Amino acid sequence: MKGSEAASRAPLELHAASEQKSAGKTSVVPADFLFRSLTAFFAFVVAATLVAIMGSLVLEGWPALRTFGWKFLITSTWDPVSNDFGALVFIVGTLVSSLIAMLIAVPVSFGIALFISELSPSWLRGPVSAVIELLAAIPSIIYGMWGLLVFAPWFAQIEPWMNDHLGALPGIGVLFQGPPMGIGMLTAGIVLAIMVIPFIASIMRDVFMITPATLKESAYALGSTTWEVARYVILPYTRTAVTGGIFLGLGRALGETMAVTFIIGNANNLSASLLMPGSSIASVIANEFTEATTHLYKSSLLALGLILFVITFIVLVFAKLMLLRLDNSLEGKKA
Amino acid sequence: MISRYMKRRVINTVNMAIAVLMTVFGVFWVVWILWTTLHYGIRALGPQLFLEDTPPPGADGGGLRNAFVGSLILLGIAVAIGTPVGVLAGTWLGEFASRHKKIGASVRFLNDILLSAPSIVIGLFAYAILVDPLGHFSALSGGVALALILIPVVVRTTDEMLRLVPVSLREAAIALGTPYWKMVTKITWKAASTGILTGIILGVARVSGETAPLLFTALNNQYFSVNLSHPIANLPVVIFQFAMSPYANWQQMAWAGAFVAVLFILLLSFGSRRLLSRETHRS
Repeated sequence: MKGSEAASRAPLELHAASEQKSAGKTSVVPADFLFRSLTAFFAFVVAATLVAIMGSLVLEGWPALRTFGWKFLITSTWDPVSNDFGALVFIVGTLVSSLIAMLIAVPVSFGIALFISELSPSWLRGPVSAVIELLAAIPSIIYGMWGLLVFAPWFAQIEPWMNDHLGALPGIGVLFQGPPMGIGMLTAGIVLAIMVIPFIASIMRDVFMITPATLKESAYALGSTTWEVARYVILPYTRTAVTGGIFLGLGRALGETMAVTFIIGNANNLSASLLMPGSSIASVIANEFTEATTHLYKSSLLALGLILFVITFIVLVFAKLMLLRLDNSLEGKKA
Repeated sequence: MISRYMKRRVINTVNMAIAVLMTVFGVFWVVWILWTTLHYGIRALGPQLFLEDTPPPGADGGGLRNAFVGSLILLGIAVAIGTPVGVLAGTWLGEFASRHKKIGASVRFLNDILLSAPSIVIGLFAYAILVDPLGHFSALSGGVALALILIPVVVRTTDEMLRLVPVSLREAAIALGTPYWKMVTKITWKAASTGILTGIILGVARVSGETAPLLFTALNNQYFSVNLSHPIANLPVVIFQFAMSPYANWQQMAWAGAFVAVLFILLLSFGSRRLLSRETHRS
């Protein structure tokens, strides 16, 4: 880290030196200027892409937003025949499936990160990390296919048990009542969880590993157990980065398309049960965009895309800010 | 006191056991998914898969030749656009941004957001700027959508790899009177080349499984086509269509396609990892 920091600072001074030198030799200046402008231009293009995405979605979604106004966000009608559209079903579907995913993925990722950083013998660290990272390399279409053709039929056999036992619970019971179809909101949440585990786990593992050994050893010297060190030393020390990692995973889960399209069931109505089929913003766009015949229909789907982009943008910005805070505090400590 | 100590020991043991269990749980999914893909995929593998085009509904036989070729063309477009844009933008961040710390930090920030942005939104964007104005779906718009996903990966690795190049190399070049642009292209790019290449390969691995942005840009094509201004068959969308279909032979072919896709991606990921580790060992 120290080396890279020095390297990142040095070109500044170097550059100033080359500038002074080239003042005497004017022939060098145009080429340098051109090269620098060229790279700066493309850096600007990359940064502007994000703004362009936002702009184009606003522009294309505008007819729908103008027609339906704020009601677009809070109505649950989605009726292409009578050209009446509302986004509520899909917003709820996106949020609920991602919430289920996070409820599963966060504790699992924490366990994995804890195992790799504190428990695992050093020879096992690399292989376990590599296998977990494989989860991130598998494309989402494979998750979807596997989810629909392999996982859902298997899960459908467990669902009657859920009906009988979890469904009988007071209060939350209604969440687990429904026909055992295998596909639905809960299945989508579980598969999403598997997909985001590698992202959350790898960030947690990285920050757990850089927790200063002196802090951990002090706690151990006072007689703490490994769990107490993890809970009262490592976790508080890495809290912001862990939050950042969780939100990064959430950003992934919210925008995930193909896997969800396969297994969420694609029903355009709200239901209280998690076993019932639903829809997410991404899945309805994937399913209906090429079939959208009227201008308003297409515009409504693009407006949905805008909503998804805004939600993930906020989540990702929050995640990055959290992760940056860790970087800054580390650099501050070193200096 | 003893009981309290015991309680702490028990809590510790239970929680550590849960951590081990969670790791097993994570590994379990990898094994299950890869095994299924292997199991179903190999059964449907055969020479006709690479020699014949996708069959019409209900017909027997057929392969995925048009989808493989289409996917390679789309990847080619993505690399052709994504590499120069990504490397140059990354070069600005790695070499010149230290003069403008604030701007550099914001470009990095925006690039990181772009890196995690939902791919379906990228697809909508490509639709809005290329498909809608031109009036038809095309291979080109699909390639551009993939390039937009590839670029942030390349930008990030180029930036990071350039910042790892030792200052002494730069100083040596400057001391010999090398112009700055020549120093970057001939020395720092060369020193960071393995890292940059790794970034491109990883980006390609990520892009080659992307389906969502192709659904309404490259669309799909039942026939063999290499025309960039027409819809083109591509592996992810064919897998999507075939896996969702009720025909048994289509589903089988989807598994075969999935197997080839996963194999391709894993080879790229492992290859780039090896490339990078060999490089770091050498230096």
